[in-house]
Amino acid sequence: MSALLSRPEIEDFLYHEAGLLDDWRLPEWLGLFTADARYEVPSTDLAADASPDDNLFYIADDRFRLEQRVARLMKRSGHSEHPRSKTRHLVTNVRIAANDGAALAITSAFAVYRTKDGITDLYVGRAFHDLVADGSGLRIRRKRCALDLDGLRPQGRISIIL
Amino acid sequence: MREPLGQARQEYVRVDPGRGLFKVSRRAFVEEQVLAAERAAIFDRCWLYLGHDTELAEPGAYLTRSVGGRNLIFNRDAAGEVRAFLNSCPHRGMRVCRERKGKAKYFQCFYHGWTFANDGCLKDQPGAGSDYGEAFNRDGGANLVAVPRLEPYRGFWFVCFDRNAASLADYLGGAKEYLDLTADQSEAGMAIIGGTQEYAIRANWKLLVENSYDGYHALTTHATYLDYLKSSVGSLAPVPIDGLARDLGNGHAVVEYTAPWGRPVANWIPMWGEDGKREIDAIYARLAARFGAARAERMAKKSRNLGIFPNLVINDVMAITVRTFYPVAPDYMEVNAWALGAADESAWARKFRLFSFLEFLGPGGFATPDDVEALENCQRGYCNAAEAPWNDISKGMLKNAPSVNDELQIRAFWTQWQTRIGTAMPAEGTPA
Repeated sequence: MSALLSRPEIEDFLYHEAGLLDDWRLPEWLGLFTADARYEVPSTDLAADASPDDNLFYIADDRFRLEQRVARLMKRSGHSEHPRSKTRHLVTNVRIAANDGAALAITSAFAVYRTKDGITDLYVGRAFHDLVADGSGLRIRRKRCALDLDGLRPQGRISIIL
Repeated sequence: MREPLGQARQEYVRVDPGRGLFKVSRRAFVEEQVLAAERAAIFDRCWLYLGHDTELAEPGAYLTRSVGGRNLIFNRDAAGEVRAFLNSCPHRGMRVCRERKGKAKYFQCFYHGWTFANDGCLKDQPGAGSDYGEAFNRDGGANLVAVPRLEPYRGFWFVCFDRNAASLADYLGGAKEYLDLTADQSEAGMAIIGGTQEYAIRANWKLLVENSYDGYHALTTHATYLDYLKSSVGSLAPVPIDGLARDLGNGHAVVEYTAPWGRPVANWIPMWGEDGKREIDAIYARLAARFGAARAERMAKKSRNLGIFPNLVINDVMAITVRTFYPVAPDYMEVNAWALGAADESAWARKFRLFSFLEFLGPGGFATPDDVEALENCQRGYCNAAEAPWNDISKGMLKNAPSVNDELQIRAFWTQWQTRIGTAMPAEGTPA
């Protein structure tokens, strides 16, 4: 078992993730995820720990669909994000909920600004990162973004990655 | 003074059957006076979807919902009867129920403490015995106000704010056949699944009506979704999007067609594996036993995008979405969308239904965000309406049997819209 990672090291990892998203380096961002990874955004009237197997989410991707999501966003025919929006992912209030050296459960607060066509929308909420630490560093096994919103009003869509 | 629009009525919908032309004015998407007329002639007059039976699972269950500009309590009273009330205290008008959903025997308005049973009757208010006369609520005037009309069809509850409207069954008319095709998919009934996709679109609400059963846009708007389908099974199933559009009367319309995607009831695709094939085969066999081969085939293999005038969409496609939406302003709508599934389906089927739903539908799906982008950019384009005034809805107009990729279904909506709105608009040059 490796030495326990400290919060600054985990924060560096989350900031790195945020930077890749804001730079639209999505294939590299995808490289942060494990082969069995999940990415989830529950609907705003669900509990933060609801299951996507019997509840309607906004997003519930397995690894395959996450790859497809990235592929779609990199295409010109992904109209919603072409021309691309500008985004800024702010990550704060990082806490280590569990850490046994190999598996970590991290919670954080996020605020993501998306600007397109003169309109800036805000997505705010709590992120849950299940991380695994192997010899090569940290990988994301699950990322769940629970929005602190009453619906996507006025945002309308989650066409970027939160 | 309000009068029929007469001459000016031609300004919004212009039809030339001989040349096969159907034009809609872009002013219908931007003008405040049009929205005012829609509120009066459509949302105050038509049957509007409120919610589904299964959202009120037991006596006392309630939810609050905005419908047609009103805020309503939709609930099941202690006796199990479904009710709908205007969510305003008879005393000073405060919203009596401020929760989104829950279970309650009583609703209490905290402002002055008036308390109502879940059948709407005033039970108590501070000062009841001393400060109010004995006859105070003898006429029921201090009870919660029920909606003027509340009727169900196959588990779908509708309200109407026009006390004199025709019955829901008459209003739905030809749409009932298509509601049946969805409602019949399980002996145990269909149920709304937990979780609501609530979102908004910065566009006129009628753009979402058009978009919800528009087959013509799929190839270009949803190119990346079709790419995804190809990737998910190695190749796109050799099933073309092919079928017909039908005008169901009263502004309702449907497209019914074959498509390359899987359907939880019941069209298997290789992505769902052998376990999935056994499940889907069993569901299909049950349909065939209940309805015979032809109807089972239709229910299972055909997709249907159904539009019930003015603003209920039930798309029974790679999953079933029930969607309704309201204008807040000419260029802004609020949308609620739910997933409907067989009440008794297995954990496998529920999971794959929802997986299937999210690959296309909703604000995080692989398709809906591009629809939102398209609708918002239509709305932006309408700033040019003075010089570039007309939308074209003519596709397939001269055909005997317009297809899913034509625009008959959209013309059915606009024809009803024009009929209803024509009497509600002030005549040109007449102050409203």
